[in-house]
Amino acid sequence: MAAKRKIPIKTRNPDLIRGVGKYSRSKMYHKRGLWAIKAKNGGVFPRHDPQAKTPAVAEKPPKFYPADNVKKPLLNKRKPKPTKLRASITPGTVLILLAGRFMGKRVVFLKQLTSGLLLVTGPFKINGVPLRRVNQSYAIATSTKIDISEVNVDKFDDKYFTKEVVKKKKKNEGEFFEAEKEDKRKLPEDKKEDQKVVDASLLKSIENVPDLKAYLAARFSLKSGMKPHELVF
Amino acid sequence: MPFKRYVEIGRVALVNYGKDYGKLVVIVDVVDQNRALVDAPDMVRSQMNFKRLTLADIKIDINRVPKKKTLIDAMEKADVKNKWENSSWGRKLIVQKRRTSLNDFDRFKLMLAKIKFWVVFNVLKIGIMLGILFPIPMKAGMVRQELAKLKKETAA
Repeated sequence: MAAKRKIPIKTRNPDLIRGVGKYSRSKMYHKRGLWAIKAKNGGVFPRHDPQAKTPAVAEKPPKFYPADNVKKPLLNKRKPKPTKLRASITPGTVLILLAGRFMGKRVVFLKQLTSGLLLVTGPFKINGVPLRRVNQSYAIATSTKIDISEVNVDKFDDKYFTKEVVKKKKKNEGEFFEAEKEDKRKLPEDKKEDQKVVDASLLKSIENVPDLKAYLAARFSLKSGMKPHELVF
Repeated sequence: MPFKRYVEIGRVALVNYGKDYGKLVVIVDVVDQNRALVDAPDMVRSQMNFKRLTLADIKIDINRVPKKKTLIDAMEKADVKNKWENSSWGRKLIVQKRRTSLNDFDRFKLMLAKIKFWVVFNVLKIGIMLGILFPIPMKAGMVRQELAKLKKETAA
């Protein structure tokens, strides 16, 4: 990128009216210093002859011509932008989940992951919601905030939540008729530990506010007479 | 049933429609059969159709079209704000406003307080009916007072 000039350049030949300059041709010759350029070059204008071109490499004819003219798909250089987090959602906000297994649960927001999903925890002891990812569109942000400064959420990212790939064993005929001895996929111990660590510091902040623990344990539901567009969350 | 609240200069009214919805204004002059010139300390004096006004019980003592300063002084003298906020209409509006501004957490806390109150209330009621709590027969008035005290304690 060319460096931006700090003072906008003044034209040497300002317009009197559109199409008519202030200075004549001879005056402009003098102003532009063309006489000085000529003098430097011995009375003649400097000439630059075209440089000798390197001969173009002979292209080999292609070995294969396709029978039909197949259209190439158009180039797509689009890069998706990072998901915008709603202004009402800040770390420590209590969210109400609107869909899924934990529909109606009130849950604490921890941070937004790089995929755009929200990292959220119950805390598990209070309402059974573990460290989980949740889409912004399926959460209502309430105006209740919890102090979350003592919780360290740096180690959690999208890779933490990917499903583990289990290799399928090929079954022989004999094994088919045996009782299915598939172990239930258990939650690894270190994930349980992570949950406990995050929740320990959260629980302290929660217990400082009266009734907040019971609030998080209860589910939200619309009752008779509640109008969602008039409710203040 | 004769009318009790008249459109007159100095009548206080509540705006029930439009940009100034919910404001208390004073009728300062009458323009014609349908419109009045209306003024309040925090708004520019303007004309308003009577249909947009609901008359209140309060009246202040002013001349026709007073200066803003005179109007404000007259309103202070008549103590419009306090009279309004202590009237049953004014109190109802304040409660309505408070209810709509409740947070989700506030609504939860309110629910807990209501449950607590009614549990105690019903226990007392049954106690009184069975004569357990108050062996000495009390007058109904005194019972009501005790319950009112309880209500005040658990009020948010």
